[in-house]
Amino acid sequence: MTEPLLKIRGLTLEGLSDETWTQIVNGVDLDLHRGEVLGLIGESGAGKSTIGLAAMGFTRDGVRISGGSVEFDGIDLVNARMGVKRDLLGKRIAYVAQSAAASFNPAHKLIDQHTEAPVEHGVMNEKESQEDAMRLYERLRLPNPEEIGFRYPHQVSGGQLQRAMTAMAMSCRPDLIIFDEPTTALDVTTQIEVLAAIRDIVEQFGTAAIYITHDLAVVAQMADRIKVLFRGDEVEEAATRTMLDSPQEDYTRSLWAVRSFERPEKPAPAAGAVPVISVDAIDAFYGDVQVLRGVSFDIHEGRTVAVVGESGSGKSTAARCITGLLPPRSGVIRLDGEELPLDYRKRSKEQLRQIQMIYQMADTALNPRKTIGEIIGRPVEFYRGLKGAKRRDRVAQLLHEIELPPGEYIDRLPSELSGGQKQRIGIARALAAEPKFIICDEVTSALDQLVAEGILRLLARLQDERKLSYMFITHDLATVRAISDEVVVMKDGEVVEQGPKREMFSPPHHPYTDLLLSSVPEMDPDWLTNLLEERGRDNIGDAAVNKMA
Amino acid sequence: MSNVLRIILQRLALGLLTLFVVSVVIFAAVNLLPGDFAQVILGQGATPQAVESIRRDLGLDQPVVLRYFDWLGGALTGDLGTSFAQANFASFVGEGAARGTTVMQQIAPRFANTMFLAGVTALIAVPFAVGLGILAALYRNTAFDKGANVFALTSISSPEFFLAYVLILFLAVLNPILPSLSNIYAGMGLGERLERTLLPALTLTLVVTAHMMRMTRAAIINLLASPYIEMARLKGMSPMRVIVKHALPNALAPIINVIAINLAYLITGVVVVEVVFVYPGIGQLFVDSVKIRDIPVVQACCLIFAAAYILLNLVADILSILSNPRLRHPK
Repeated sequence: MTEPLLKIRGLTLEGLSDETWTQIVNGVDLDLHRGEVLGLIGESGAGKSTIGLAAMGFTRDGVRISGGSVEFDGIDLVNARMGVKRDLLGKRIAYVAQSAAASFNPAHKLIDQHTEAPVEHGVMNEKESQEDAMRLYERLRLPNPEEIGFRYPHQVSGGQLQRAMTAMAMSCRPDLIIFDEPTTALDVTTQIEVLAAIRDIVEQFGTAAIYITHDLAVVAQMADRIKVLFRGDEVEEAATRTMLDSPQEDYTRSLWAVRSFERPEKPAPAAGAVPVISVDAIDAFYGDVQVLRGVSFDIHEGRTVAVVGESGSGKSTAARCITGLLPPRSGVIRLDGEELPLDYRKRSKEQLRQIQMIYQMADTALNPRKTIGEIIGRPVEFYRGLKGAKRRDRVAQLLHEIELPPGEYIDRLPSELSGGQKQRIGIARALAAEPKFIICDEVTSALDQLVAEGILRLLARLQDERKLSYMFITHDLATVRAISDEVVVMKDGEVVEQGPKREMFSPPHHPYTDLLLSSVPEMDPDWLTNLLEERGRDNIGDAAVNKMA
Repeated sequence: MSNVLRIILQRLALGLLTLFVVSVVIFAAVNLLPGDFAQVILGQGATPQAVESIRRDLGLDQPVVLRYFDWLGGALTGDLGTSFAQANFASFVGEGAARGTTVMQQIAPRFANTMFLAGVTALIAVPFAVGLGILAALYRNTAFDKGANVFALTSISSPEFFLAYVLILFLAVLNPILPSLSNIYAGMGLGERLERTLLPALTLTLVVTAHMMRMTRAAIINLLASPYIEMARLKGMSPMRVIVKHALPNALAPIINVIAINLAYLITGVVVVEVVFVYPGIGQLFVDSVKIRDIPVVQACCLIFAAAYILLNLVADILSILSNPRLRHPK
């Protein structure tokens, strides 16, 4: 067998936390041959991005390579001088980042960023590179390939930017591309077209790639081999089909099994029952732009209504309307059959108490300078009037309910908690008001699958104990399947379909629901290929969505 | 583009409104100053009759509101009135108040000198400070960075007259390269003018560098953790190119604002340096006029200072807006 293009041996990496260096990757080996795609998979903290960057001889601030070797085509990247590495980066090794929107420089046109590497590395001149960019844009099926490069990043949609970034990585025809979660930030329908484009162009140019993701179904479509990582250690590595069919390790099997959580759908509410929350024909505007058009849905006691749709479909806006943060211009919102003032400032304390919210980013939703006791204690005191020892007891009780030992956590700061624990604090804070209705806005999207499942189980248990009603905003259909009783599908500020979960997941669907459902990647490695054959290259992603409009 | 145009027009209107409010404040403040031109000029001989007669000649016996609108109307048509001192002198020699030198005539050459000094200083200081800031960001946390910081902070912390004397000592006395006096006058050639202006300009450069340099450094370093900076590095771009081409264009807004504030300072706050170098700028005229309660001149100077601040901030605002591609190129 020929010598691999990339050879990593015993790579250890250290990260700086609290002013001490601790090991975050513990001796990982990796071989990658020309034209091969390796999937790196694991939860956050597994070290996959760090390894991906180290494969380029690069570390972020606060990370250092402490041992092992990285050899690219015979060149030792660990000990190479900066100048040697700079000659390789962009030219022979390229990188595609998670968020193209953040990774394109907002101050320059796409094509100027595209031509930068070829021109600076002396591979092509400006004009050749521009023409090549247009060919790549066309190959990646970007609309108006002749013109799109002359736009600024903010003028191009997320899915298009991600493809433009793939084109940019291809600009010097590198031997190796590192894809670092390139579709994680995208909607499912957009994800497909990016996946198809990446696979296509990698095959065409025979480029070797490391594809980093936490999504198994995605990696199954993209990679020839999969390497599973857990907390800086390799768990196992095998060819994609072998890995999917017969994983050897328990940890790998647990990753495969995560999607198994599903609670039974509750019986339909009694006829004539008054819903806890009733949203009736609301229209909402940001300035002059209408963002909600006649949105109506009901949420009954003890039930979960999942609101799904892509970014910009108006899911979170509907939540803002219910909380009164964004008063709708017309329409009615009722709580237990009683009309609520549209502006939260006009609502009574009792009305405010009944509607609580849990946010997507627990990191930013908790005040970093307050202890857990203060964060949960505040609504306890505000809504329930408990003070001193009584307040502390109540906080301890709430912590107990979210399965965190009170004695250990009550005096900690949010920064001392893990992502899943922070989200639990967010739940406890909402519970502190003893509401009837809780809006969960993408509460599991920022969490790893195992942790997310724990949160979903907790929410389900609390619902059963307290007859809580949830409005569950998400773009992840697996989550919808796991917890919802009813589903509301939104698109462009309108409800396109709603009904019990059972009906929503069995045909016939509204065509948009169908598109959403069929766009969710499946574990089958042939899924993408079959889908493309079935639908045709021009009937995926934005194109398919636009056809529906 | 109409979007940007609308914002600019809004800012312009707001600037005019600010100028109007400032004119009220200036007029009120100047009129609240203790002391009275007539009394100061007459000194020992200030009999009630004499004071009264001078006040009547200068219109000081009119109600304040009336005088304000009189002044504002004049200012809008470019007539800033007649200096009290000049008017008084004219009436002594038997001519009408109208024959005295107008405030405009008095201020114009001084103001031109001030602008010349500010211009020369800006041409030296802005590229110097921004360049130093870029280098400090590039070599951050090295000896160079720390040295540049110490240098800039030392200069801004030292009194201006002290810096001026240090420069005079080194550049005029020990090594007589530049003249220590900057008495420029009308009709002087540009070369000679520049030579004489150089020392005060260098002094002022030392004073204004720190702000601009530190803001440039901070604004750039602030962006270095951005994903697009990482992307530029991963494309194999040199550190200098990463900073100048990728970080700087996105850091322009705060830098422009600090530059504007410092340029405004160069127009309005340089009286100490003018005194040290005997430079005939507007600062000296202003201080002299305050001393003798020459209200029209004081008001005119204040108005010019305010206008300079407002105008420069306005320009900074507009440039910051234009530096943002989202506003230049809407979707």
